[in-house]
Amino acid sequence: MQLSLKRLINFSVVQCLCACLMLPAAPAIADWQLNLSPGVTPVSADIFDLHMLVIWICTGIGLVVYGVLAWILIRHRRSHHPVAAGFKDNMLVEVIWTTIPALIVIAIAVPATAVLKKQDDYSTADVTVKITGHQWYWEYEYLDEGIRFISNLSTPPAQIDGSEPKGKWYLREVDRPLVVPVNKKVRFLTTSGDVIHSWWVPELGVKRDAVPGFINESWARVTVAGVYRGQCAELCGINHGFMPIVVEAVSVDDYDAWIRNQTGLKNQSPVMSKGWTMNAVLSRGSDLYDRHCAACHKTDGSGLPPLYPPLKASSIVVGTDIDRHIELVLHGVPNSAMQAFAPLLDNEELAAIVTYERNAWGNNTGDLVTPADIQAGRK
Amino acid sequence: MKAFITRWMRSTNHKDIGTLYLCFSLINLFTGGSMALAIRAELFQPGLQILDPNFFNTLVTLHGLIMVFGVVMPAAVGLANWQIPLMIGAPDMALPRLNNLSFWLLPFATILLVSTLFMAGGGPNFGWTMYAPLSTTYAPPSTDFMIFAIHLLGLSSIMGSINIITTILDMRAPGMTMMKMPMFVWTWLVTAFLLLIIMPVLAGTVTMMLADRNFGTSFFDAAGGGDPLLFQHIFWFFGHPEVYVLILPAFGIISQIIPTFSRKPLFGYRFMVYAVVSIAFLALAVWAHHMFTSGIPLGAQQFFMYSTMLIAIPTGIKVFNWLATMYRGSLTFETPMLFAVAFVVLFTFAGFTGVMLAVVPADIQYHDSYFVVAHFHYVLVPGVLFALMGGIYYWLPKWCGKMYSETLGQWHFWLSVISVNIVFLPQHFIGLAGMPRRIPDYALQFANFNAVSTIGAFIFGFTQLLFVYIVIHTIRKGSPASAQVWDGAVGLEWTLSSPPPHHSFAVPPKIG
Repeated sequence: MQLSLKRLINFSVVQCLCACLMLPAAPAIADWQLNLSPGVTPVSADIFDLHMLVIWICTGIGLVVYGVLAWILIRHRRSHHPVAAGFKDNMLVEVIWTTIPALIVIAIAVPATAVLKKQDDYSTADVTVKITGHQWYWEYEYLDEGIRFISNLSTPPAQIDGSEPKGKWYLREVDRPLVVPVNKKVRFLTTSGDVIHSWWVPELGVKRDAVPGFINESWARVTVAGVYRGQCAELCGINHGFMPIVVEAVSVDDYDAWIRNQTGLKNQSPVMSKGWTMNAVLSRGSDLYDRHCAACHKTDGSGLPPLYPPLKASSIVVGTDIDRHIELVLHGVPNSAMQAFAPLLDNEELAAIVTYERNAWGNNTGDLVTPADIQAGRK
Repeated sequence: MKAFITRWMRSTNHKDIGTLYLCFSLINLFTGGSMALAIRAELFQPGLQILDPNFFNTLVTLHGLIMVFGVVMPAAVGLANWQIPLMIGAPDMALPRLNNLSFWLLPFATILLVSTLFMAGGGPNFGWTMYAPLSTTYAPPSTDFMIFAIHLLGLSSIMGSINIITTILDMRAPGMTMMKMPMFVWTWLVTAFLLLIIMPVLAGTVTMMLADRNFGTSFFDAAGGGDPLLFQHIFWFFGHPEVYVLILPAFGIISQIIPTFSRKPLFGYRFMVYAVVSIAFLALAVWAHHMFTSGIPLGAQQFFMYSTMLIAIPTGIKVFNWLATMYRGSLTFETPMLFAVAFVVLFTFAGFTGVMLAVVPADIQYHDSYFVVAHFHYVLVPGVLFALMGGIYYWLPKWCGKMYSETLGQWHFWLSVISVNIVFLPQHFIGLAGMPRRIPDYALQFANFNAVSTIGAFIFGFTQLLFVYIVIHTIRKGSPASAQVWDGAVGLEWTLSSPPPHHSFAVPPKIG
């Protein structure tokens, strides 16, 4: 961020040299990272090798072309070479500089095709995860284990607007990471619930578009346990920059233990927690609103009409028909940007959000919505 | 005022219309450029400081559309209008009234496009690539106005292309055979055919968007039997050749400038023509290389990887022939030549990253990252924009009969060439490190190079004000230029006085 003089000097000496030589494999997290990471899967390593091969070929061609050009510019400038030669074509050199690039292209295409075919091998997987992109979070479903959860950005809004210092993993941290076992072939089935997203984790060598209505395949066999971070790579609307991906690769034992722990979370309890009081609900609702609703409807409820209607003084939000309000939040509006929140949030969270919306920004209806009201609307 | 309207709005003179196109392009350069600076300012540091994310996306969209349709294409057409009749010995363009109409559609289309910024719900916010369904079901109402603006821009391009093709095929002076035409004319002939092929496709694409948005069709909606990837296929069938529409006239300009300042004829003229024609054919068969992560089948990935790599061959031929033209020449480095040499160096560099991007497995990592942003900005800024500016320095003394200030021209060149690399070189690194494009805020690991890039962007942006000053200063106070202007210049335009008479070549010139 801040460019201190010392850093600049340090940069100019060491890193300029690296930049010129395009030295491979800077550490994964470095302020001045120059190159692609070799990653932690066989495919990402192959990609890295291919990347370096093409860089070296291009560097070679570059040295020749730029060297010749520099030589011409110096030797054949008018003060050195006052009378220009008159020649204007030569069949032989044309054939040579058509043939050599053609051979170089073949030299690149052969290894590229080999890696491509390896990448495209979707046979037998040990674990299958369905990844669904949503505006603006990822949903993971372990198809054979029956586990499904949502992975949200966990960076606090205060770090984004600058009122709090930014943490180490600013914008690259989530509340629930995807957990995969090491040395197992994990198949990803990618799709989307709304617009096109793209699931990208550089160190896994995987980037696959999440296209609504279609399922795309990709896979990774992670060889090193660790935490790997990425984010959505296809412009998907307002919060495109705020839907990170965190993958935790753990040993097979840890993975099995993790799977066993998840099963309890599948069914959410419709029971209301104690102390469902207006003040507590409002403060919880405010946090949840900022996280899930404010991108479109804005923190002050003003929205961005007509696509994202204002909630402040909205006829639905201040109206007497609370069930209609709950219905819109739970099931969304078909063919519009308003998504269904029923699969994303539990009854308490939704009750808190609806309560907050009905009482914030001068809406002041005094309505306290309960988790039971939400549960009734789910049917 | 009335005199002004009569003089400019009703003019069918190719020189007047060329001037209008170039002025229009220069104004838009600053509109699109200020949007770029706003984007870079937001990206100077991590965190959201000055732009709301939705407005950021709107600026990203309009910056792209304005730079492509409002700056580069009009500037290339402006040069074509001025130069093609002068270079082939024609009295004017073949269809002068159509010429007037194709220009005057542009300001209205651009006003329509920019007006979306002030509409309810904000402007189009889905990138210039307009991927459905973000641009259909999820887009603001102003999108319909953007669609009509694109229709108008497309109409203008189609009419302009018809005019250029007709002029080149029908209006050449006796003795000016096809294989005697200057390279600039050849590149524009090929470009105009490409435009005729692709612009109707773009018009169809955005009309399907319009229907999906308003008339209940589902071309791009899987729920109704459509396919979001259909949009990408037809968009890129337009979009990739469009890149060559932007770069081919630039090739033409460079092929005029380099022989002049090498004092030596263009090397391998025939091969240069064949290369341009084969680039145009290949350009129509590489579109899905923009879609390697979208889930297209293995066979398609292979086909588009190989066809994309093939483009390196004719492009290489062009670069090698430019080098051979300079070889054993008698080189001088006036401003146009400086821009041309920088073009050869930096466009070749963009070609290297282009070959990298063609390699499908590696493209999985590069796709939609800042590496791609860096690649195509190297093609379009030190590539196309430098060629256009070089062309203006080269022909401006002919057009207005006054010489620009060489000192200021050199200042403009050196400031531009240094700063453009400060802007875009670091973007390769942040892309490889994993930063996606089109995000308003980013992780801390990308911070340093983003700051460097922003500093470069502001230097580059403000340097272009110097260009405006140079052009105005030349027209008003430049020292008189000779008819020949450059001692190495060869071609029909240099046989006319500087400035040329309002109606030139009323009698066709004799070509030996």
